[in-house]
Amino acid sequence: MRNAFADEITKIAQQREDIVLLSGDIGNRLFDKFKEVAPGRFFNCGVAEANMVGVAAGIAASGLRPVCYTIASFLTYRVIEQIRLDLGYHHQRVILVGTGAGLSYASLGSTHHSVEDMGMLRLIPGLAVLAPGDEKELRPAFHAALEYPGPVYIRIGKKGEPVVHETEPNFEIGKALRLREGKEVWILALGNTLPLAMEAATQLGSRGVSCGVASMGSLKPLDTKLLAEVFASAKVVATFEEHSVLGGLGTATAEWLAAQPAQAKAKLVTFGTPDEFLHATTHQPSAREWAGLTVENITQRLASALS
Amino acid sequence: MTIDHKKLERIAAELRGEVIGLSHRAKTPHLGSSLSCIDLLVALYWSFLRIDPAKADSPDRDRFILSKGHAAPALYVSLWRRGFFSPQLLADYAKDGAALAEQPAPDCAPGVEWATGSLGHGLSVGVGMALAARIQKRAYRTVVLLSDGECNEGSVWEAAMFAAAQRLGSLTVLVDYNKWQATGRSEEVMALAPMRDKWEAFGWESYEVDGHDFAEIRTALACGELPDRTKPLAIVAHTIKGRGVSFMEDDNNWHYRIPNAEELAAARKELGLV
Repeated sequence: MRNAFADEITKIAQQREDIVLLSGDIGNRLFDKFKEVAPGRFFNCGVAEANMVGVAAGIAASGLRPVCYTIASFLTYRVIEQIRLDLGYHHQRVILVGTGAGLSYASLGSTHHSVEDMGMLRLIPGLAVLAPGDEKELRPAFHAALEYPGPVYIRIGKKGEPVVHETEPNFEIGKALRLREGKEVWILALGNTLPLAMEAATQLGSRGVSCGVASMGSLKPLDTKLLAEVFASAKVVATFEEHSVLGGLGTATAEWLAAQPAQAKAKLVTFGTPDEFLHATTHQPSAREWAGLTVENITQRLASALS
Repeated sequence: MTIDHKKLERIAAELRGEVIGLSHRAKTPHLGSSLSCIDLLVALYWSFLRIDPAKADSPDRDRFILSKGHAAPALYVSLWRRGFFSPQLLADYAKDGAALAEQPAPDCAPGVEWATGSLGHGLSVGVGMALAARIQKRAYRTVVLLSDGECNEGSVWEAAMFAAAQRLGSLTVLVDYNKWQATGRSEEVMALAPMRDKWEAFGWESYEVDGHDFAEIRTALACGELPDRTKPLAIVAHTIKGRGVSFMEDDNNWHYRIPNAEELAAARKELGLV
């Protein structure tokens, strides 16, 4: 996904002289082409993420469009006050791109996991929180972020994630993408869980369960129209995210559900990482097993939720 | 600019009177912190910054960020006196619904570049503004005023290193070094000394001045105007908290204390305003 991001921003920077890229000392060689096509508009801000975001705010205040790029956990946790005040409060149009979503860097330990980032950032007024499902969704999501009238956080994977969309979808902030229709079960996938959600839906289908899948690439604003439809039509709606069960898509969906005047037809099942730190040595697949974020677990739990 | 120092001193005395009046009327704190930086603001607004109240949003204006947002009254009275807003705006300071709050909100009034109040943000933002000038080929200068207590924040030093790496010669920092922070002597809380050497070590050109001496302040500021500068400029201004009123000077109680009517009258008398 990060290569798609580097490719897309390079293309855009060729046409737009207002695009400025700031990186937190990562992406060795990733932006060589960008530096070539946009000389003087790339800044390696070093291992000083809070400063990077403050600098981006100052650049944006002069009418340019800065994009900050580094590992999601470093871009968000230590920088939360700069994000809140310099971007949110000042309504500066800065795009934050966090790479290594969720458990992508599982092997590097909890220092590198980003499973509370979206919950934190969802609380900042006026800030859009996006997590595209694959690289084909990322490209239009980035364009949509550039059009958005406030700050945006985009959480992306690292590299080599499976591609789900056959063509680039029509991505709109505040709108989910329906990839597969279903009658009994809907899986609402956030970001890099989309490939697993598609596989789980296929397996449920082979067991005779009609399962739909939507990519919830826009966590905030949330597509409440889609929520209303699936909770009125299906029996079970599952949220699926490489993020804590606290604060992310599961929570946002439950908040919406609790505020509805009438009892929904469907019941909500949430899949996410547990409210605890992962201390064991893992890699992304084993970390997903620890969190129950596997096709087998999801298929099984959803099948039993139906019965 | 050819304005003489006697005139600057008179403006500073009048602005001190206004700031003390605001604190008394609105019952807002941080008086000592406002008084320590008044002379720096007068030097900037009356002899350095290229700004025009009639074109407050001009993309070519010099940028000034008061990073120590708790001294906002000092900024407000300077902007008012420079013609950026009406006396009514100042009279409504800190009232419910007023434009000017105890610490400035974004776009609250013409001339206020940034909403500050949480320390350690202004220098990074100023670095961004200075970089934007370079990218957009504009000639404006960026000035950021920090408090010494604010230099406790690590983000200040992140920004300092980055500005030096980017060779931001159009950037100037003023440190209001009044030797106090909210609840103690700044040197006892965090080892700030030697302050000038710290900026030098971080790659800045740095000078120490008496922050109440207009000749010294202006001489140091003028270094920021030399062409082809490759280093950002840090001016460590030795100041006195509560400067200008004998019973407030270097007394940290005036970080939070509100002057009563008698104290306001006594202060105005000392400042030569009655």
